[in-house]
Amino acid sequence: MGYGVSKLRFRNWKNKAFYIFVCVMSGITMFPLFFIIWELIKKGYKQFNYSFFTEVAPTSMDAMLAKMSDSVIPGGVLNGITGSLLILGMAIVFAIPVGILAGIYLSEKKESRFAGIIRFLTDLVQGIPSIVVGIIAYAWVVKPMHGYSALAGSVALAIMMLPLVIRSTEETLNMLPVSLKEAGLALGASYTNVILKILLPSAFGGLFTGILLAVSRIMGETAPLMLTALGAAAVNWDWSKPTSSLPLLIWEFYNDPNLIDLIWSSSLLLLLLILTLNLIAKQVANKWKIQ
Amino acid sequence: MKDKIFKSLLFFAAALILILTAGIVYSLVIRSTDAFARFGFWQFVTSPEWDPRPESEHYGALSFIVGTLMTSVLALFFCIPFSFPVALFTGEYFKGKKVASLVGSVVNLLAGIPSIVYGLWGFYTLRPIIISLGLNEQGFGVLTASLVLAIMIIPYASSLTSEFLSMVPNDLKEGAYSLGATRLEVISRVSFPAAASGILASYILALGRALGETMAVTMLIGNTNNIPSSLIDTGNTMASVIANQFGEASGLKLSSLIAIGLLLFLITAVINSIAKLAMKRIKS
Amino acid sequence: MRLLELNRVCVSYTPGKNAVNNVSAAIGENTITAIMGPSGCGKSTLLRAINRMHELYPNVETTGEILLKGKNVLRMNPMEVRRRAGMVFQRPNPFPTMSIYENVLAGYKLNGIRLGKNEREEIVETSLRNVALWDEVKDTMNKKGSFLSGGQQQRLCIARALALKPELLLMDEPTSALDPISTNRIEELLLELKEQFTIVIVTHNMAQAARISDYSMFMYLGDLVEYDTTKQMFTKPGDKRTEEYLSGVFG
Repeated sequence: MGYGVSKLRFRNWKNKAFYIFVCVMSGITMFPLFFIIWELIKKGYKQFNYSFFTEVAPTSMDAMLAKMSDSVIPGGVLNGITGSLLILGMAIVFAIPVGILAGIYLSEKKESRFAGIIRFLTDLVQGIPSIVVGIIAYAWVVKPMHGYSALAGSVALAIMMLPLVIRSTEETLNMLPVSLKEAGLALGASYTNVILKILLPSAFGGLFTGILLAVSRIMGETAPLMLTALGAAAVNWDWSKPTSSLPLLIWEFYNDPNLIDLIWSSSLLLLLLILTLNLIAKQVANKWKIQ
Repeated sequence: MKDKIFKSLLFFAAALILILTAGIVYSLVIRSTDAFARFGFWQFVTSPEWDPRPESEHYGALSFIVGTLMTSVLALFFCIPFSFPVALFTGEYFKGKKVASLVGSVVNLLAGIPSIVYGLWGFYTLRPIIISLGLNEQGFGVLTASLVLAIMIIPYASSLTSEFLSMVPNDLKEGAYSLGATRLEVISRVSFPAAASGILASYILALGRALGETMAVTMLIGNTNNIPSSLIDTGNTMASVIANQFGEASGLKLSSLIAIGLLLFLITAVINSIAKLAMKRIKS
Repeated sequence: MRLLELNRVCVSYTPGKNAVNNVSAAIGENTITAIMGPSGCGKSTLLRAINRMHELYPNVETTGEILLKGKNVLRMNPMEVRRRAGMVFQRPNPFPTMSIYENVLAGYKLNGIRLGKNEREEIVETSLRNVALWDEVKDTMNKKGSFLSGGQQQRLCIARALALKPELLLMDEPTSALDPISTNRIEELLLELKEQFTIVIVTHNMAQAARISDYSMFMYLGDLVEYDTTKQMFTKPGDKRTEEYLSGVFG
């Protein structure tokens, strides 16, 4: 036989080496997440105090004076937190009803050509770079209203959220057994009632998870807000005025040498919020898994 | 009656996507006509010059197109040695096991980190390393940007690749095992070829992601309006030049920036459509 | 007047090809009628046409008359038809978000009919007693229906259909997803329910048809080949195809 033991040994060796390579590289790939979180905690925890959540961002001057006297930079990110709440809240109100209805439409019309086109366009919109979405909201809201506003920011975020909500709604509804719908109709329920009272409640877990993930995706968006909400030094609840947000504040701090120490704590806060949303989403998904 | 109203409500919600997309294209086209009318479409796309001085005002997108392609392709290149092993780990070696879902979740969380946080991390952690390696005095540039970009697109590439790998039918693999193949041989001779087109589509989609990334790139690429002469040179991408200059722009410059936005939209739309259509065909 | 009359009923999913071809039959009250036949013979389609559930599929065309107490269901509002003709499916499908109690009352809730508390309690108890589930679940009424065993779930689904006091109960292979013991219980149940309700059941289990039904229909390739008392059909089938099917030549 021409097939040597050494060749077999080499093949086994290669096999093992590749296995180790895969495991090691996978391990390394997990690193950045922990590395980034660790870095943010290490540099940012000092700023995490009561006033961080209750006061607005300090002026460059205040921060400089504090630095010169070696004390902790005063102020916090309250205007960012409230701004994010306002902008995200409005985006959610715009995107969720439309998203869920369109998602229902797509799952109900699996074969239709029109639904196929809508599905394709939904993917297309999802792929639009966030900065381009910013330009759109600028053209649609900032220009006609002659000024930057929370509304413009939320329009941008709503456009980014919409495809995520549509597709998660569609996918969740598609996982429900057909028998559920049949059972409802066989009891004489109207189409509307079958969808609103049976299908949507049964899909609640999936819908909720999808929405949480969509919110967590757009929560850290900065670029589109730079072109739309702009930022503000004070807490603002007026939808027609420029408004800050957590990511916008980070951008502001980054560009101001006196405030730069604040980037770590605010990034840490933003990341914690996003990761928490992700974890909750996962919990909800597990708990409400469709039987 | 009620059903009719509800059904038309569903239809209108879906049709809204059509209107939204049409509106997006319309607005981008209308607002970039000034620039295209002044320089001509091809002129605009092929000119590397970006000169905002009033006496010699001229705008061209080539530097940014090249910058975008360089960073994205380089990022894709860097991401493969990480995303592919992760995909094999979760979709082949430990498919269905707890450890796979753990690794998968951690890697997927990378997609949750905001672009701006990646930018900060690149600025304060990666840039000093680049400087100390003597690659570049300031540490900014195409290389720095694409390294961070690579981390950002890993989760997109790995989760889809893993999905396609796990779709390879077991009978195929068992056939190869029964002939005495090692696991590596099964992967390279059976699984990989069977999933190849899906994997390719996954990476094209990841490329689409990289093309439009804004904040991290803006913070790391150096923001100079030139065609990068090498991988360690500074430059600008289409997204970063918009992020950087949109705030102060007006008139022809604003129109030119929106024109770049339109080009970026078109490029990502084409790339994403190719990937999505390929995936749809593979899955069906 | 018979409870249900079918006059030259044809159903097609693709033009020119009838899944149910020219079926005429009449069904009397307080009987169990079994529809048998090999898979694809149109028996499920015929059953679903009676409460117009077949219209969920695209491009369905139905001709002929289906008279429920003399009124053509094809001209009625489909929701009304379905309230009057309850249906039980192959796989138990209790609503996963509702408790056992709510599941029984689901028909009322979905139709927007408000009931007083006493009325609700009474309907739930009678319906669950009707399916012999009352004693098993009366203390766990607020648990989700999906915690029950498969057989219990199916009985719950029957109770859900009975709660609306239907004139007709349509069953589409209701025991095909169940184990033999649960199947047995449901068969016993149907014999009891016959006293109050009229049942049409699709089954491809011949023994089941023989055990429980008063009348049997045999369908083949969309045609109603034979319709007779069960006793007659199983002892002296009138058509060669029926005989072959019953003796296992095909099926």
